[in-house]
Amino acid sequence: MSKAISSHLAQPAAQPFTGEVVVAIRGVDFSYNPGERQILSGLNMEFKRGQVVAVMGGSGCGKTTILRLIGGQYTAQRGQVVFEGQDIGKLSAGQLMHARRRMGMLFQFGALFTDLSVFENVAFPLREHANLSEELLQTLVMMKLNAVGLRNARDLMPSQISGGMARRVALARAIALDPPLIMYDEPFAGLDPISLGITARLIRDLNDALGSTSLLVTHDVEETFAIADYVYFIANGRIGAAGTPAELSNSLDPFVRQFLDASPDGPVPFHYPGMSLQDDFEMRL
Amino acid sequence: MVNLVMHKALNFFGDIGFFVRSNITDLGYATRMFLAILWRSGSLLRRPSLVLDQILFLGNNSFVIITVSGLFVGFVLGLQGYYTLNRYGSEQALGLLVALSLTRELGPVITALLFAGRAGTSLTAEIGLMKAGEQLTAMEMMAVDPLRRVMAPRLWAGMISMPILATIFTAVGIFGGYLVGVPLIGVDTGAFWAQMQGGVDLFSDIGNGFIKSIVFGVAVTFIALYQGYEAKPTPEGVSRATTRTVVLSSLTVLALDFLLTALMFSN
Repeated sequence: MSKAISSHLAQPAAQPFTGEVVVAIRGVDFSYNPGERQILSGLNMEFKRGQVVAVMGGSGCGKTTILRLIGGQYTAQRGQVVFEGQDIGKLSAGQLMHARRRMGMLFQFGALFTDLSVFENVAFPLREHANLSEELLQTLVMMKLNAVGLRNARDLMPSQISGGMARRVALARAIALDPPLIMYDEPFAGLDPISLGITARLIRDLNDALGSTSLLVTHDVEETFAIADYVYFIANGRIGAAGTPAELSNSLDPFVRQFLDASPDGPVPFHYPGMSLQDDFEMRL
Repeated sequence: MVNLVMHKALNFFGDIGFFVRSNITDLGYATRMFLAILWRSGSLLRRPSLVLDQILFLGNNSFVIITVSGLFVGFVLGLQGYYTLNRYGSEQALGLLVALSLTRELGPVITALLFAGRAGTSLTAEIGLMKAGEQLTAMEMMAVDPLRRVMAPRLWAGMISMPILATIFTAVGIFGGYLVGVPLIGVDTGAFWAQMQGGVDLFSDIGNGFIKSIVFGVAVTFIALYQGYEAKPTPEGVSRATTRTVVLSSLTVLALDFLLTALMFSN
């Protein structure tokens, strides 16, 4: 976190975290309700400082759930989610709020505050958490907006900007407090090719400029492989495969190949599991 | 056959039990949320602009409908009051009748019902759509408590706006009663105002009406906020929550009015 902001935070962190692993997920089991389908089971992952790490997998495989577990919105039934050395599941409400100040999150559709202008959206976390003079706040917000190329859109309302621009404003808001961890939930979904390229480049550049750790949940193979340092593939609530983009591109693992080659059938079946076609038709006759 | 009847009877009692239990749970949850909002209201003293913005949104935008409604209710009270009082030769008491009806009952109650329709629905829709658009989740992830930042300023704004709106409604209503009674029908101006001045008590009539409007303001605003916060984050969920706000607010206002009237005006 930059000195300018951290020195003005209402309750600055007592001890800066210096470990290499920013987030560690250890043996996590999770289901939304006890007895229901297990979304994650025995999941182990690590997210290291300075890296852009992607979590990929089919729809409904639990990718976004991982972000929610790290953010403390869900609690794992078993195992630990550790952020900067703290077990998120065991934090008090106050400690969790404190931990969240050190995380930035970009939501799938931006989740901008529709009653606030672009400028005020980015200024929101600063106004809430940092005792800054209006002049300093103005400067910081303009710097963040400049970083995402939207300095001149500061006075527009969210309803006046495109989906791609909204995603960039949300990105500027997510990095307003210079968090050590930035989480992206489907940052490329629904973007045109130009916005997609811009967003991918921004994620990499901002991560490098801030020295943060970026956690990317996405389906988009091409853009992700171009910017990620490490990729996890999730299947059936576990790690299906993991490695650098180069390693995974050369992998012969059937699951990785199905995902990368976009094959309709393979280890991930095309048909929803249940009765066979023959049994189903016989029953109907 | 007997088994089937037994089974249906058991299901029926089971359904009643479930209905009662889930409603008590909801009530407990709502009470906890209400107390949590009050507990988190302290920070508003440092940022009063959050409440002022909401007063502008809730109060100012309800001003026209409250004023116009107050005027027409005053007209009707003037007409109906005159016809009734005239039978007993007491038309001089028209001012008193209009003022007492408005300050004690109609001012707070009709204002609260209109407030539920105008401001309550917009509050529910706003909070419900914020939830559907993940704005509340985004706030939580930014370590900002939505109860403190979103709910508390709106609750206090409703609590402050309602008595002001009820006062405006009552004042405009009395003026409406005057317009119909004095210039139109010909009741004596002096008698109209003098009876009102002599018969309306500052504390027991105006004061109690004022207290009622504060209670209604809290009830209507909280119901609207709660319904929005607990709405399913879908278009259908928000639409249902908005409807529930109007129905529950109206019934709550009428029930509370009966209770408060019994407490305030009984011997």
